[in-house]
Amino acid sequence: MLDVVLHILRRDLRLAFRRWSELATPLIFFVIIASLFPLAATPDEAQLRSIGAAVIWMSALLSSLLALDGLFRADTEDGSMEQLILAPAPLGLVVLGKIVAHWAVSGVPLLVLAPLVAMSFYLPLAALPELIAALALATPTLSVLAAIGAALTVSLRAGGTIIGLLILPLTGPVLIFGTRATELAALGESVAGPLYLLASLAVLAVSLGPPITAAAVRTALE
Amino acid sequence: MSAAPISRRLWRAFHQLGSPPYVYRLAGSVSPWLGVTSCVLLAVGAFWGLVLAPPDYLQGDSFRIIYIHVPSAYLSMGGYVLMAVAAAIGYIWRMKLAHGVAVCVAPLGAWFTALALVTGGIWGKPTWGTYWEWGDARLMFELLLLFLYIGYMVLRMSFDDREKADRVSALLAVVGVVNVPIIHYSVEWWTTLHQGPTLIREGGPSITMDMLIPLLIMLAGFSLFFGWLLCKRLQGEILRRESRTRWVRNLAAEAAA
Repeated sequence: MLDVVLHILRRDLRLAFRRWSELATPLIFFVIIASLFPLAATPDEAQLRSIGAAVIWMSALLSSLLALDGLFRADTEDGSMEQLILAPAPLGLVVLGKIVAHWAVSGVPLLVLAPLVAMSFYLPLAALPELIAALALATPTLSVLAAIGAALTVSLRAGGTIIGLLILPLTGPVLIFGTRATELAALGESVAGPLYLLASLAVLAVSLGPPITAAAVRTALE
Repeated sequence: MSAAPISRRLWRAFHQLGSPPYVYRLAGSVSPWLGVTSCVLLAVGAFWGLVLAPPDYLQGDSFRIIYIHVPSAYLSMGGYVLMAVAAAIGYIWRMKLAHGVAVCVAPLGAWFTALALVTGGIWGKPTWGTYWEWGDARLMFELLLLFLYIGYMVLRMSFDDREKADRVSALLAVVGVVNVPIIHYSVEWWTTLHQGPTLIREGGPSITMDMLIPLLIMLAGFSLFFGWLLCKRLQGEILRRESRTRWVRNLAAEAAA
């Protein structure tokens, strides 16, 4: 069972690294959005500190949206998605492998980049481990939501523009608990509460998301 | 002994609900009753609530918008659940009429969500001193509910093939249903501006009878009104879906004659 997930994960990662420009685009996008905020708002240190958490989380959300259109589209266009549907392995596990691969190329690099952005927004150094933990728990949920959105729109030519409309309303809880954790960490308080909630959302998303995504892919391509 | 005929009758009723001409006629015969009853209830409830009920000791007369706000907020969430359940039935049992119901509920639910947001803002100004409070979780999630309805409708429209639109959008409707319990419990999880639950709470409703009865009448009136609009829309949707069948052509011929 795990074989299927690992096989798809390895395949998708190899494909992603061969087209590293596509890989890097969302990450550069993340840094650009975050660095444009001080231009749009104010370079004042106190104000930047107060919006820092929001900037990081919104940039993470938007850049994960950017990465998701290719999640099923390339495979659908060259016909390999149909082969995967026909394969004897359960489609839910195939989809899970693709979601893990998406998380590895879009979520994990964020964990590295976010502390840099956080420091430039004057977040205290002591809060960085909590920020990374919160992002590590939140990005799997975002990847699952991204997969659902990508699957629903895979057969549409102009899918990319609609995905945001479908997926962003569902990211509300992640955003609430994520920014809450970051704010509490910046104040030096315990972040256990929001982190537990983020973890439970991630468990919910990872267990229910793949079957729904698989159903959506199958429906869209039938 | 008698169990078999009853279950058979239930099966028959269930299968009849999958038959477009049957449901078309059913909606047509139910809708006038729904329309008349809802209008009577809305008139009675509005008169009772706006004229007879006593003013609130704290909010004065401004509380009376509760008689519009609460029913529309309740229908915004109830409508979403109805849409998701209908969509799920349509997806699982491949029942086209259930998809038709979901399609008809979506715009109605979106309008009641918008109405709940607008009346909430009008009520919020004299009570909280602001039309809109970004920090309030219930307000935020109600707004997200509106976006979910819109997303559902936009996703449907972007498919050329109706059957594919039905099935793909059904999955979105089912996924979005997680939002409904969050809205319902938001006032208990995050106590910010929006008041806590009044009707469905431990220890019974925390509202005086003089105000409660007209509210219940308005809730019933709004629900029947929703049902009335749904029947009308469903009839139109069935005709649109079945426009190439013989029974619709016969119907059109009868209407023309």
